[in-house]
Amino acid sequence: MDKMPAWADAVLVPLISILIAAVLSALVIAALGMNPFEAFQLMVEGALMKSSGWGYTLYYATNFIFTGLAVAVAFHARMFNIGGEGQAQIGGLGVALACLFIPWPHWSLALIAATLAAALFGAAWAYIPAILQAKRGSHIVITTIMFNFIAAALINYVLVNLLRPAGAMEPATATFPAATSLPTFQQMFSTSETVLFRGSPANITFFIAVAACIGVWLLIWRTRLGYELRAFGFSETGAKYAGISPVKITVVSMLISGALAGLMAINATMGEAERLVLNASEGAGFIGIAVALMGRSHPVGVFLAALLFGFLYQGGAELAFWANIPRELVTVIQALVILFTGALDNLVRWPLERAFLAFRPKGAQ
Amino acid sequence: MDPRMTESSPAPAIELKGISKAFGPVQANKDISIRVMPGTIHGIIGENGAGKSTLMSILYGFYKADSGEIRVNGNLKSITDSQAAIAAGIGMVFQHFKLVQNFTVLENVILGAEDGAMLRPSLDKARGELKRLAEDYELQVDPDALIENLSVGHQQRVEILKALYRQADILILDEPTGVLTPAEADHLFRILEGLRREGKTIILITHKLREIMEITDTVSVMRRGEMTATVKTAETSPEQLAELMVGRKVLLRVDKAPATPGAPILEIENLRHVDAHGVERLKGISLTVRKGEILGLAGVSGNGQSELLHVLGGMTNATGTIRVKGQEIDLTGKHSDGQSRRARGIAHVPEDRHHEGLILDYTAWENTIFGYHRDPEIQSGPFMNNAAIKAEAQAKMDRYDVRPPNPNLAAKNFSGGNQQKIVLAREIESDPDILLIGQPTRGVDIGAIEFIHQQIVALRDAGKAILLVSVELDEIFSLSDRIAVMFDGQIMGARLPSETNQTELGLLMAGVTEMPDKPIIEAVTEQMAAKAQREAARHD
Repeated sequence: MDKMPAWADAVLVPLISILIAAVLSALVIAALGMNPFEAFQLMVEGALMKSSGWGYTLYYATNFIFTGLAVAVAFHARMFNIGGEGQAQIGGLGVALACLFIPWPHWSLALIAATLAAALFGAAWAYIPAILQAKRGSHIVITTIMFNFIAAALINYVLVNLLRPAGAMEPATATFPAATSLPTFQQMFSTSETVLFRGSPANITFFIAVAACIGVWLLIWRTRLGYELRAFGFSETGAKYAGISPVKITVVSMLISGALAGLMAINATMGEAERLVLNASEGAGFIGIAVALMGRSHPVGVFLAALLFGFLYQGGAELAFWANIPRELVTVIQALVILFTGALDNLVRWPLERAFLAFRPKGAQ
Repeated sequence: MDPRMTESSPAPAIELKGISKAFGPVQANKDISIRVMPGTIHGIIGENGAGKSTLMSILYGFYKADSGEIRVNGNLKSITDSQAAIAAGIGMVFQHFKLVQNFTVLENVILGAEDGAMLRPSLDKARGELKRLAEDYELQVDPDALIENLSVGHQQRVEILKALYRQADILILDEPTGVLTPAEADHLFRILEGLRREGKTIILITHKLREIMEITDTVSVMRRGEMTATVKTAETSPEQLAELMVGRKVLLRVDKAPATPGAPILEIENLRHVDAHGVERLKGISLTVRKGEILGLAGVSGNGQSELLHVLGGMTNATGTIRVKGQEIDLTGKHSDGQSRRARGIAHVPEDRHHEGLILDYTAWENTIFGYHRDPEIQSGPFMNNAAIKAEAQAKMDRYDVRPPNPNLAAKNFSGGNQQKIVLAREIESDPDILLIGQPTRGVDIGAIEFIHQQIVALRDAGKAILLVSVELDEIFSLSDRIAVMFDGQIMGARLPSETNQTELGLLMAGVTEMPDKPIIEAVTEQMAAKAQREAARHD
């Protein structure tokens, strides 16, 4: 029998983890001589109480949805893809090439091309570690980490030597043509009377992220490939028995994962920066791991966890801006949330399981 | 002084009173009381999950009982760990031996019982003691042999010696015959009888009714954590014990009409397989299974039966020839996987249903299509038609009496017997020409065994070819129309059940093809040790 009901596993465990992280964060803030309630209020006001705050929160969340889904899909096949960071950066290269070198008549066409390029480049970057794992047994965790460094170095080289406009001092591409500029939330939702999402980077990519959530859900739980992928993740010998090729599933799951991570670039590179810069992924690839863990590798969970981390990023920035709280403390708060929702999951889970077992009605087995 | 010591009958060697133990909501042991008299062999029988192992773990100090008391020779004992159990004179021989493979017998015996920092005096003392024990109880083992070079039967003797060296008067054996050839099992029973003669007390945990009837003085039956009865073995029968174990009358025999074999369906010629370590596991197997017959493949586990099933089921590569209905099938490459085998009409109920036959984390309905999930009939557009699959799963579960009949329950939440029924339902209803079935009733409760055996026979009567692999000789005898014996990757011979007996099969299972002119156990032991040595040498 399951140790506790599914809803407790999906809702209660992450909720309690966040609470513990929040309490600890409050203690740290209090130890620095500040009022934790005021700090929390600042975060909420800055991230959620006005539409421009939401615009930032949703922008960050969009990044995390893509990288979180990337990790989640790989998790289902028991692949630990730590390479989201590198795959997103290489995806950015794909977006830059698609936007810079083809004269697009309309942003919608550019978006389709950029989406394909981002997915293709991200998948290609995941393919090498995947094939090494499938054919040679090189551990995917090690190779994907290494590929993050290789990706960073490669982007550095490409920006400095190949794509930097003549005379520019900065390792970045030229700004993309105006025709590739994606509609922002401000443009999409403001009316003549009220301006919503003023100045915030949230853009149409958010809806692609939502579509990706639905797509991943369908893939994992409604298709034959998802069935094989999960079966392989649960039991490799079982997969062999059923005639599911381990090589195929390893490679395909990593390709999908890499493509999802790459898609993050349409939000960050095409939607926000409108040019490719160094370290465009800004750690979102790693946040994706925490998002997937916290979201239990389920698209709905990933979506919610991505919103939470979007809130933490935006709220943290507000905190650093308005309160006398050092920028580093914001990182500490984010780290505590990752620590408790990801790494220390069992700290909450085990006592909770015992509590559920103890209060189970007699006779139920 | 305990008043009972003055009574004419001696105090029980072991007395458990009101032992209860719960794991969360699962009551593993409920108010269990048992008296084991000194100098007797006391059997404890029950189905998987009946609570036998939990009870013995409490007695050996692995678990602490929630309530109840333990008396050893009339004295109340608090057994908090295995050291306390050993101090109380209790020794345990586990189902899976706890020996250091590259230590000698002597080193293993003194391990944890050294007398001082220097090993030499302990080793010398143990050598003398081992010699005495060997003479007293027919427990001969070469004290300087490495464990990895010993046969399984001899390794078990080392475990018994370890307990006796620690002066155990009470010996608990957990499923001791599971890995032995019949001859080795017979010899083990002789050792146990010798120990009983010397006044030792033995508790034998088993699920085999035959062993209980053969050697025990008294037997206790457990069911669902409760002790349902304790009876004198001489006054009971296998049928009565089975009924006590299951809670209803069970048919121990398999009712079947004589087979009417037809044309050969599965022909295997000179099949060879080398495993990942470079060890040849199949050494030129040739077998034929006909339409409408059950070919039973007997053998001690680990002699290549698993590998043969894996090759036939498309889980691993091989060389040689396999023909299905006269058509050769691929043994390597793209068309040798499980999907290709199913397409050729081979269904496979694997030996290991937890890791192969089922995805334990999948629901029952997801498992009912496992391996057949690419069937176009269950797809609708790009998606799988989950609603239809679920409805079909419900129907299958009803037909095969899977309990609880809930297709949304994860496979891991079903009992062993019901898990096996899910696998059987899936494989049989795929309407195969050939059914491969490994250990069909391992870890399956007696009630379900009856049902599973009936299904296998019904499939045979429907004109299918069945290859049955089992380490339970009783099962092989009651189901097979023909019996082949496997030893060390080879087929030692094939017999008709009516023209052979357990002794002859037992010898074949040990690789002895002719009636030896020396005692059977010696011939068997020689062969098994030689095999262990060959394997140890290949691993180096």
